[in-house]
Formats: sequence, structure tokens, C-alpha cells
Amino acid sequence: MTYKIVASQCTSCSACEAECPNMAISEKGGTFIIDPKKCTECLGHFDTPQCVAVCPVDNTCVIDNSLPRYQAP
Amino acid sequence: MDSTANLESGASGASVDLDAVMQQVAEHKGCGTEGGSGKASCGSGAGENDLPQEIWDKVKNHPCYSEEAHHHYARMHVAVAPACNIQCNYCNRKYDCANESRPGVVSEKLSPEQAAKKVLAVASTIPQMTVLGIAGPGDPLANPAKTFKTFELISKTAPDIKLCLSTNGLALPDHVDTIAKYNVDHVTITINMVDPEVGAKIYPWIFWKHKRIEGIEAARILTERQMQGLEMLTERGILCKVNSVMIPGVNDKHLVEVNKAVKSRGAFLHNIMPLISAPEHGTVFGLTGQRGPSAQELKALQDSCEGEMNMMRHCRQCRADAVGLLGEDRSEEFTTDKIMAMEVNYDLETRKAYQAAVELERVAKVEAKKEELETLAGVASNIKLLTAVATKGSGLINEHFGHAKEFQIYELSTSGAKFVGHRRVDLYCQGGFGDEDSLETVIRAINDCHAVFVAKIGGCPKGDLAKAGIEAVDEFAHEFIEKSAITWFKAYLEKVNSGEIVHEVRGDAEIRQGALLAAAD
Repeated sequence: MTYKIVASQCTSCSACEAECPNMAISEKGGTFIIDPKKCTECLGHFDTPQCVAVCPVDNTCVIDNSLPRYQAP
Repeated sequence: MDSTANLESGASGASVDLDAVMQQVAEHKGCGTEGGSGKASCGSGAGENDLPQEIWDKVKNHPCYSEEAHHHYARMHVAVAPACNIQCNYCNRKYDCANESRPGVVSEKLSPEQAAKKVLAVASTIPQMTVLGIAGPGDPLANPAKTFKTFELISKTAPDIKLCLSTNGLALPDHVDTIAKYNVDHVTITINMVDPEVGAKIYPWIFWKHKRIEGIEAARILTERQMQGLEMLTERGILCKVNSVMIPGVNDKHLVEVNKAVKSRGAFLHNIMPLISAPEHGTVFGLTGQRGPSAQELKALQDSCEGEMNMMRHCRQCRADAVGLLGEDRSEEFTTDKIMAMEVNYDLETRKAYQAAVELERVAKVEAKKEELETLAGVASNIKLLTAVATKGSGLINEHFGHAKEFQIYELSTSGAKFVGHRRVDLYCQGGFGDEDSLETVIRAINDCHAVFVAKIGGCPKGDLAKAGIEAVDEFAHEFIEKSAITWFKAYLEKVNSGEIVHEVRGDAEIRQGALLAAAD
């Protein structure tokens, strides 16, 4: 898992959806959500989480502290 | 967001060889080089005689490329492209306010299928709708699947509609062949700099090859991609306009360099727009107090670039979901709920008939101007002045002073009347009562003008304008703008020569940035 999108900050621009290498992001109820079962923090794909890098609003795609960090298998 | 400019009349009717045409565009030196800015055929007021025939045919019905067309033809933008791949300091991606009128703002995102339905609905309701643009609210080429699917659907159901798109250029080189494949023949690139040092002050970051890149490196990549994309479009004969945002103290002087760079790569028109930045927009420039240019500063820069290239001066900096004639926004009539319930009857014949009628109207307007220009022959004077015009379109002085949401600005000289811009004033007349504060707003917006031409005006505002040194002229109601302006100017010169009046230079004017409210009354 482990990134989440702060709904109150999300502009629903959809930029993260196309960049996610795990297809973990989808639109729900007007904003976008990350499926924690699919998010790998982009480990093994890219140096930085793509949703964080492309998001136009800082601190919107953030680590979800309520969940354990992703462990590479 | 938008145009046509004028090239040599000698090229009219030349060969249809597109390469040759693009070469002519690339080599064209602009028309203001010797005649001064008073030359009537210059600026985005381009007419049939100012452009090679092939280019005129492409742009004549395009309101965003031809000042003349924008009186007669409407455009619409469909907001199918929400994602963006760069961050600009003049943009804030919170796009949810229906009262805001500026690029990057929409009320409703559309799927390609919804967009195609909307285009048919609008085109059936507004026969003068000839152009469909995709301008955002993000970057169309950062959403290539949605953008090109929309073009594909529309080219099947409404083949007579011109397709265009507007981009920041970062992804442009990757998509030029697809753009050509869908017959998108107008592309606008926003280019604010060719020097990465300047760019670093405008773009905090770009998203490039799966990384966020900041600072000078980001601006260097962006400018390289923009120049490459522009060259590729030119090679394929796709008309390319360049938009630049004028940011005083950041890129204002530098835009002269930008102008040279894009002209040498074949851009056929340059649109320098004033920065829109208010704190309530929440943009970086809005929050840091970066100001936009005054009317005089903007015009001086446009004039200085005109010797190099054709300048566009009628851009209204529309929203990414605007519908209607430039300067008006009928997007509220075409929300998704409404269009889905609409019965659409796409009648190509009605559209053709309307467009034929528009051509007749245009010919009459051009004839009227020609006739009056002859009367100026032999009149010698160095006086050059600005006048404001209240118009609803069709090239006529046909708007009441109090109803005008904007004024068109014409520069008058012995070379004729030249369109040089427009000034937003929104609605000054609220329910029939003259509102003092609003009148002051109008005066500030046209303070650099000697006269304002109107279809009608009340006694009080007329007197207040006179006190401010602006003559309200209502004797040319419902007549052609240019013809009337030239007639008035000739009489003005005679009065100056006879000593009846003394010609005085006017001051600067303010560019208003508030929201354009479609239904402010």
C-alpha cells in the first residue's frame, strides 16, 4: 500500500491516474482514490512515486500513516 | 485559448503548394515595418487582402485566428483534458468557479462522447459555430487519448467544423503526426520564454520522463520541446499561433526575443496577452502581488513586435469550456444535463446558408472602409490617436454605451483605422440608473482614448466623459466602425488645423481583470 489522496485538496485533474504503474488510482465520487492493495509506492518502477511527482497540488498524494509501509516481495 | 493576421496581398491566389505558403509565412516581415502602426491592414484585423489565399481560406472563419471572423463566427472549447504536465505560476488548478473567466478554468469536465454530443448540440443551436478547440483545462497533449478520441468523434459527425488545440508544447513533438492525421489545422503553443533563466521564474516544475524536474533544467527542456514542436508543425503545413503571457519585470522585454524565435520557425501569428493575476485566483503570481501590464505597456510591446510578425490583439483569454462568440460565454446553456436532454438536428445546409450571408456582410464592410480611406488621401498629419467603440459585432457601432461589456480600441491616423485591442468593462448600466463608480471604471479602462463611438448614450455619462476629456460620439449609430471612425478623424484633423481645437496626448489606461459575468444584469 500506502499512498493516499487527500480528498479536500484533490482537483480531480486525473493526471495521477494515467501515471500510476500499478493501475491503483481511480475516480470515485468526484475525486480520485488509491487502492492500497495495489499501491507499491512505485518501488521497482520509478525513483519517485508518480502520483506525488505529477500532482499539481503539493501535499495531496501523501503516505497513509494508518497503514503499514509497502514491503517489496 | 486562440487568430489571423495579415500578410502580403501580392501572395493572394498564388499556388496551392503548402510548403511555399509556409515559406512565405516564415519569410514575411510583417506589415508595420514602414507604414508605422497606423497602417490599416496590420494587426489581427487581417482581412482577405492581407493573407496568402491558402491561409486566408483556412483562417477566415476562425474567430480565434481572425479579428474579422470573430465578429461573425463562434467557437467552443470542450473541457476533455484535465491533466497537465507542467506547473505555471499564473495558473491555479482549482477550476470550479462559474464566475471566473480565464484559461485553465472550467465548471464541468466532459468525456469524449459527451463532448461530441455537446458540439453537435451547440452547432445545431448556433449556426455560426465553426470552430471546436481543446484547450484544457490542463494540457490537451497530456491527455492524448481523450483529446484525439474527441477529434475522431467530431470529424465523423460534424465534418465541417474546424479542429484546433492549444498546448504548452512539452509533449508536442510526440503528437505532431497524430495532429496531422486528424486534420487539426490550427495549433496554439503558449511560449513565454526562450531563455531558461527567465523560464525558471515562470515555471516551478515540469513532469518529464517520469520525474518532476525543477528550475532552469525544467525550463531548458520545455523551451527545447516547444521549438522542436513548432518546427515540426511548420514542416507539415499546420498553422501555428504562439501565445505569450506578458509578465512585467519577468518576461516583458524578453518577449521581443521570443517573437523573433517563433517567427523564424514559422509561427504565423503572435498573441501577447496581459497577465491575469488577482490574489483571489490563488495563483503564485496572484499571491506574490505580481502585477499585470497597463494598456499602454501591452500596446507598446505588441507594436514593437509587429515589425517582425503579425500580432493578434483580439484575444479574450477564454475559459477552457467557453461557448459562443468571443467575449460572450453561453456555456451555461449547454451543461451536460441540458445537452443530453436536447434533440439534436445537425443541419449542414442551414449552416452553409448562414455562412454565405456572413460573407456578403463582410464584403459590404470591406467596401465601406475602402471608400472612406480614399477620402483620407492627401490629408497630411502626424496625429495618431485611439478611440473606443461600443459594438455587438458585424463591424457596426451598434451597442448602447451603458450596455457595453467591452470596448474595441481603434488607432486612427492618416493611414486609416486599425484595430489594436479591446477593453473589458463589464456592465456599467444596472437597471437604467447611471452608477458613478461603474462610469469611473469605464473611464479608467478607456482613458487613453480621445473619443468613444456608441449607438446611444445618456446626457449624464456624456457630460462626465467630456469632463474626462473623452468625446462621446453617437452620430454614427449603426454604421460601419472603420468608415465612421475615419470620417470623424478627418473632421477632427480639420478642427485641429483650423485652430478650433488643440490636439492633446492622452494618458494610460487600465486593463480590467475581473470576471466576465454573462448575466451580470
